[in-house]
Parts: sequence; C-alpha cells; structure tokens
Amino acid sequence: MLTRVVRTTAVFLLLCLTTASAFAAAPIKIGAIFAITGPASFLGEPERNTAQMVVDEINKAGGVKGRQLQLVVYDSQGDATKAVQAATRLIKEDKVVAIVGPSTTGDTMAVIPIVEKANIPMISCAAGSKITDPLKKWVFKTAQNDALAVDRIYEHLKQNNISKVALLTVSDSFGSSGREQLKAQAASHGIQILSDDTYGPKDTDMTAQITKIRGSQAQAMICWGTNPGPAVIARNSKQLGLTIPIYMSHGVSSKKFIDLAGDAAEGIRLPSGRVLVADLLPNSDRQKKSLLAFVKDYQKHFKAEGDHFGGHAWDAVMLLKGAIERGGDSPAAIRDQLENSRNVAGVGGIFNYTPQDHAGLKKNAFVLVEVKKKDWVLLK
Amino acid sequence: MLNQSPTCSAGDLIIACAAFISHKEVQSTMDISQQLLQYIVSGLSTGAIYALIGLGFAIIYNSTGIINFAQGEFVMLGAVLTLSFISALQLPLLLAVPLAIAATTVIGVIFERLTIRPLKNATPLSLVIITIGVSILLRGIVMLLWGKDTRALPAFSGNDPLSIAGATILPQHLWIFALTGLVIIANKLYFYYSISGKAMRACSFNRRAASLVGIDVKRMVLFSFMISAALGSMAGIIVAPLTMTAYDVGIMLGLKGFCAAIIGGMSSGLGTVIGGLILGTLESLGAGLISSGYKDAIAFIILLLLLFIRPQGLFKKGETERV
Amino acid sequence: MKREMVKFLILTAVVLLAPLLFTGGYLMNVLVFVGINTMLAVGLNLLLGFAGQISLGHAAFFGLGAYGSGILTATYAVNPWLAMLLSAGAVALLAFLVGFPILKLKGHYLAMATLGLGIIVYIVFNETVDLTGGPSGLSGIPNLSFWKLTFDNDFKNYYLIWGFTLLIMLLSINLVNSRIGRALRAIHDSEVAARVMGVNARLLKVQVFTLSALISAVAGSLYAHTMTFISPASFGFHFSIELVTMVIIGGLGSIYGSLLGAVLLTLLPELLRAFQDYDIIVYGLLLISMTMFMPGGLVKGIPAGIALLLPGRRRRGEHA
Repeated sequence: MLTRVVRTTAVFLLLCLTTASAFAAAPIKIGAIFAITGPASFLGEPERNTAQMVVDEINKAGGVKGRQLQLVVYDSQGDATKAVQAATRLIKEDKVVAIVGPSTTGDTMAVIPIVEKANIPMISCAAGSKITDPLKKWVFKTAQNDALAVDRIYEHLKQNNISKVALLTVSDSFGSSGREQLKAQAASHGIQILSDDTYGPKDTDMTAQITKIRGSQAQAMICWGTNPGPAVIARNSKQLGLTIPIYMSHGVSSKKFIDLAGDAAEGIRLPSGRVLVADLLPNSDRQKKSLLAFVKDYQKHFKAEGDHFGGHAWDAVMLLKGAIERGGDSPAAIRDQLENSRNVAGVGGIFNYTPQDHAGLKKNAFVLVEVKKKDWVLLK
Repeated sequence: MLNQSPTCSAGDLIIACAAFISHKEVQSTMDISQQLLQYIVSGLSTGAIYALIGLGFAIIYNSTGIINFAQGEFVMLGAVLTLSFISALQLPLLLAVPLAIAATTVIGVIFERLTIRPLKNATPLSLVIITIGVSILLRGIVMLLWGKDTRALPAFSGNDPLSIAGATILPQHLWIFALTGLVIIANKLYFYYSISGKAMRACSFNRRAASLVGIDVKRMVLFSFMISAALGSMAGIIVAPLTMTAYDVGIMLGLKGFCAAIIGGMSSGLGTVIGGLILGTLESLGAGLISSGYKDAIAFIILLLLLFIRPQGLFKKGETERV
Repeated sequence: MKREMVKFLILTAVVLLAPLLFTGGYLMNVLVFVGINTMLAVGLNLLLGFAGQISLGHAAFFGLGAYGSGILTATYAVNPWLAMLLSAGAVALLAFLVGFPILKLKGHYLAMATLGLGIIVYIVFNETVDLTGGPSGLSGIPNLSFWKLTFDNDFKNYYLIWGFTLLIMLLSINLVNSRIGRALRAIHDSEVAARVMGVNARLLKVQVFTLSALISAVAGSLYAHTMTFISPASFGFHFSIELVTMVIIGGLGSIYGSLLGAVLLTLLPELLRAFQDYDIIVYGLLLISMTMFMPGGLVKGIPAGIALLLPGRRRRGEHA
C-alpha cells in the first residue's frame, strides 16, 4: 500500500516536473531591429549592446515568469528596405511576440504598417514625434520626443531674453525631425528664426554656414545633429570667433562630444536625458538608482560610457518585461499590458503609457546642461 | 593661396547678386568682403585636401588606366593608423605619422599585388568593381578592428586661430597648404626630372611602346600604387585634426577627390591641384551664399556643366582617339 | 528563337510555381525584392552590357519613379496606375533630355557624370522636405489594386511584381535579338565603325538610356506601392553601385545573367546573417573573388564550372 502511494506520488511529481520544465523550457522570443552598421550605427550599436546586456541579466535572475527571454537581433543598416525585410523575417520566421526598435525614425515609419497588420507590439527607440502622433495601436516609443527637447531650449532662450535664432541642422532624419519641431514651435514661444541652414552628416567643414550666421543678427545658434558634425561646428565656431551662445540637441549628450570638440565645447548648452548627469542628481530623484545601475553595468560590459541612446533600448526591454510580468505572453496581451505601464523609472525618464499616449514621457524627462571645464553641469 | 582681400566693389556686387538670387536678408555686422574672403580661404583649405586625394586618383589612372575607388580608404587608413599607433603603441606623433604612411603604402602594395597584377585582360568595368570591393573590404576590416567611433587627432601645432586680413584660419590649415605646395614641387621634380618618373609618364602615354623601350611596366604600376597610397594617407593625416576620423570618412572624400581630378583633366600635377582648389572654393561659396543644403549638388552641377562643355578638364588639350 | 522561347517558358513556369514551395514563409518577401532588383538589373544591363555605357547613378531613376508615384498617390490621391504611367513618362522624358549631353561622354567621364547626376537627385530628395518628406521619408503610399483585388500581402505582391519582371525580361530578350540589339552591340564594339555602317549611334544610345530609365522608374513605382513607405537612403550612391555589381556578377550582356545577379545579391545579406558583424568583409571578398575568377559573370561561370567537373561534356556559350 505504502509503496503504491509512494509510486503514484513519484509519478505524479515526475509528470508535474516534466510539464513544468516543458513550459519553462520554451523561451519568450523578442525581436530587435537596430541600425548596427551604416550611417546610424551610433544609435544601433549601443542599443544592441544594451538590449543584449539587459536580456542576459534578466535571464540570469531567472527569466520572466520562469521563462527565459531570447533576443533575435537583425541589422537594418539604417536602410528602410532592410528594416522592412528584418521585420517580416522576425514576424513570419522567428515568430517573435514583440519587437524592440528600430533605431531611426525612417526605419520605424517603414515598419509600422507591417506590425500594425501582423498585430505585433513594437517599441521603437527613435525620436520622431510622428511615430506615436497620430496614435497607432501597436506602436510605442521610448526615446524622448524631439518636441520636448525643443520646448526646453526655447523656454531657456526666453528666460535669457533671446528671441532671434539661427538654425544649423543635419540633413538626416534626426536633424530634419528636430528642424520640423524648431520651426513649428517658434511662433508660440515668440522666437524668430532668422536663418535655416543645413549640413551633411559626413561634412567636415561648416565654416561657410557659420560665417553667414556670424554676419547676421542672430542672438543664438541652435545646432541639431549627432557626432561628429556638432563637434566640427563647435571647433569652427571657435575658429571664427562666434560670440553668441550655442545650443545643441540631445544628440550629443555624451562625454564623447566633449572629447571630440575639446576646448571648443566650453559653454555649449543642451537638453539631455538624466543619464548624462546621473551622479549630479539629488538622491531624491526617482531615476537616480536605475540610471547609476545602467551606467555602471554598461561600463562593466562594454568598457564604454553608457549613453543616452543605449538607454532607449534599456527602457524598451524593461517595459516589455513589465508587461509580460503583469500577465501577457501573447502579442495582444503584451500590448494591452504595455498601455498599463505606470511610473516606470527608466533611463530616458519616468514612463506612463496610456491608451491615448504611447510615448509616455513628459517635458521633465529632459534637464538642461552646460559644458563647464570639460564636464557637464546642470542648469536651472 | 593667401590672397589679399578682393576689391570692395567687386565683392559687394557679387554679394548683392547672390543675396538677390537667394532671397535672403544678409545683414552683416561685419565687412562684406571679409565674409567673402572667409568663404574663399576656407574653401581653399578644403580644396587642398581634395587636390591631394585627386592626385592619388590621377597618378594611378595615368599609369594603369584604372580608377581606384579605394583611394578614399587610403586617406582613411592614414589617419586611423596614426591614431592606433599613438594609442596602442604609445608612440609620439612624430613617429606615428611616418609609420602610418609606410603602413598604408604597404597595404597599397598588397592590394596591387593580390588583385590588380594577376589580371591580364580585365575590362575597365571589372577593375572598377574590384577596387570597389577592396574599398568595402578595407572599410569592413577597419570597422571591426577599430570600431565605429569617431576620434580626434591632436592638432600639429595648436588650435589658436590666426587672422589674415579679417579671415581666420587655423595653424592646421597652414600645414595643409604647405604640404600641398611640397607635393606639387615634388611631383614636378619626380615626373619630369627623374628616370622612374619619366618612365611612368611614358606608361601613361602608351603602355606597349613603353615596354618596348625597356620600361618594366609592371613595376611602374606598383610604384604608382605606392605613391598614391602614400599621398592619400598623408592627406588623411594632415586633415584629421580638423575633421576627425572614423572608418567611413573615405567615401565622400574619395568622391570629391575624384571630382577634383576630373576637373583637372587627370593631370598628375598642377592641373588636379587647381581642380581641387576650385572645387573646394565653389563649394564654400555655394554653401555660404546660396544654400547650405544644396552645396554638394552645386559642386556636382558645376562638374556636370564642365563635363558637357569641356570634358577633357580645364587644362588638357582635347583628346584624340585612334579608331 | 525557338530555343529562347523554351528557355523563357521554363523560367515562367518556375516563377509561377515557386510560391507553392514557400507559401507564407519569409522567403516570399525576399523574392518580391528579388523581382524588383531583377527588373532594375535587366534595365541597367541593356545600357551597360549591350550598349556598353557606364551608369553609376541608376538609383536616381529608381528613386524618381518611386517618389513620383508616391507623391502623386499619397499627397494628391491620384489613381495609382495613372500615377505610375505619369511618373514613368516624366522620368523617360527627363532621361531623354539629359541623355543627349551626357552620352557624348565616354569611359570614366561618363561614370563621373552619371555619378554626379545620381547624387544631385539624391540631394533633391533629401532637401525638398515639403514635397518628399525629406530624410524621414514619405509614408502612407497606398497599395496597388485591380478591381476588387488589393495587392497588400507578400503572396499577391510576388505575382504582381514578377508579372512585370517577366514581361520586361521578355521585351528585353526580344530587343537584344533584333536588329536594334545588333546595332547596340555594334556600338559597344566600336562606335565609329557602327556609325560608318549607318547606325545612328547618338540617337540609339539615348533611346537605350531612356528605355533603361523607364524600366527603373516602373520598378520604383512598384517598390513604392509594395513598401508603402520610401526614404532617400534607399536611392543613394550605395544602391547604384549595388545595381552595377548585380549586372556584372550576373554577366554583362546577358538578360538571364541579370536575373542571377539580382538573385545572388538580394539573397546574399540573408545568407550572410550567419556571419553577423563579419558580413561586410565577406561581401567585399566575394565581390573581389567573383570579379577576378569569374569575369564573364555567373552566366558564363556556372556552365564553365560544370564543364570543369564533367570533363566529357562541352557547352557552347550563348547569348541572353
């Protein structure tokens, strides 16, 4: 009798274990499309590194609801055609439940119709406001809207009684998105744009544009781009003796910019995610803990500064993790749970997704910083 | 090179016309001719770089008939290798530079030996594709070994701007002009007064005739690659403190250098240099006076017009073709 | 000609039946792009392989067709088929007018001129933000539809695109085997001799240039309606070089070669995914070794390879 009980219990336990392990064995597949090579690799590479790092850590801590995460990454090379092919492959072949990325606004806009039709949630790491405005059911984003950055800059200009500005933006999707916002918000802030110049992403000399700006009535210059262009602009400005204040975008919120521009970076101001000045934040800041963790981790894994862009991927993966934990492992359930993300303290800011807001961040996601003595300081 | 300021009236006229055409208000709080001078001076310094790169194209083309699309990568390699030697081997700038030039030359030799020499009857198109393949390969290797980061090279003699008649220039620009001047002189001496230089010119006129008079054409081809690689890397090193360097700086620079060579009629000397200077200056003037977004388009439109009207370049007499 | 017809019919059968092997798979999506690239490669081959004129800016015509269709349908709600017609017509006219001065040039001057043209068009796409959406691209392009049938998934797009591709291949094969085709080859060999024989070389070159541009523009329109989103990055110098590579690797002067070249170069990134970051190096090496060891392209190289392996057989080279 006893042996029979023991035997049945043993078989029962064995069955439970095998079914449990069968469930635990099936990993949750998350897809990722990043511009790892090509003109936007300054975005895609830190994003890919960070995403992989976060997934590894989650898995080491036991996975999500007992299941391991599996990240499938494809390189879009910054080309919309390849992004589309990558998305199709992730959905049809790898059968992922969600997609992180793409890195650029252009790639994201190309992929949106595909995820909308396939009903797969996507969290983009690109900055363009038009990704979530107008709202799309399956599309979210973690990068701060460039509209918020522009708002911050214009506010500071008004505080300092500056109303005439000159624009110098890069002619890629990051720059043109920013330029759109700069032009759209100028009137409502009482700012007059005197000149609107551009430069190419690989240009090595902007003295012509800056000479023109120097000769105009502009009281400040706003430069919108990502390394190395703005560093060249900083140097050219110093060479030409430009005296008006220079404002840049969050595209250069990294130590790297100061390294490249050298002495010429002194006095340049820009809006930045808090990750740049994590150690300068007061301890009461809700993001400080996760920011420091991110910076330390990235430094340990990749021997490089964990920057603003990698943070977008960190946020995306963590938001997905939260959604899956709250009760979703089918694409539709994940999407619904994403809309319930509240007060998630991430690297880019504090996220609140709602059914009406898939961008999740407010103006306070940005702080204003200035370069002083080759380091960043917080501005009021 | 460092000209005196143009007469005020001419400068004013040009500015006024350009302003009218571009519908922009150019209210200058500084002397208008100063602005113009600045455009020209900046343009000349950029143009000098294009000239150096263009010379590399021209020299290889003249002895082999090949357009070497990988020329831009030699430029990139010069700067990248210098940086690597400085950071990895802790060498001072003075040692790192010649070492980098030598290393790039060796790479040029390997390139020529492995891909160009084995081909006997390749069509010009195949050669173009091969050089494109090599440029992709070089870029890929550098990308993997070195990463995608942009890095700055320290300026050779400081960063304090110098003022010349109201236009400012950096000391590094002076180095660029000096190098260009040296290269022009060296080219002239080499190609016109030394045996191997004359032999290379003979190859460019008629390869078969040259080999019939005893010139080792294969060795001339090797020399041309070596010289172009060295020139390219020098150009890359001298401009890196201004423009910073990364694995992909070679693409656009190579293209502009090619333009400069075409404008100059593919001459291995002064013609290409002037072509480069003209290209750089027109670009700078276009960016400042007309539109910064279209500045590259302006440069290429001028190139197209030149090709339509005078395809042999500005300095060559017309070409004749035997049928 | 009978042999040609048989070859073509076999190809058609393969193309029509292939989806049955790959239904619903990701490969269908790739094959759609193979179709578009084949159209482009065939068009370019007429100019490059048969007439012997270098063009390093063909992505410009592709882009002009795409943006033409895209802007007319997305912003002005024109009927997509009409938009395709208008767009292709406009591009053909532009090519005809530009062709006269450009095709006076030869060799590397022509290469530079077409390169410059391609870059100018790319810059225009980037800068005219109000019209094209600039670097962030143009979205909201509708799918093509035919009566009740809307081409909105890979399966339907496959047949749509390959329908056009096969048609264009058929027309091109007919063209190169006709009197015009022989005139083209005569120009390629020696323009002066051809003119002496009564071929109006100048006009013919411009006509081929125009036809090639027309084909590229149609491919561009189809691309725009398939992707429903286009951005300037896809139409730059990089893609022009890719097209030339496809034609050369496939085999200059061979229509089927262009097909092979397009297949290889479109599938290559998929195959190279296994190499991750090393894929660029492999791509470069492949380019170099194929050009060095298979100068006639795949279309000569594969039969030659087979002939090497089967010492008893000998195959004669063939055209198209």
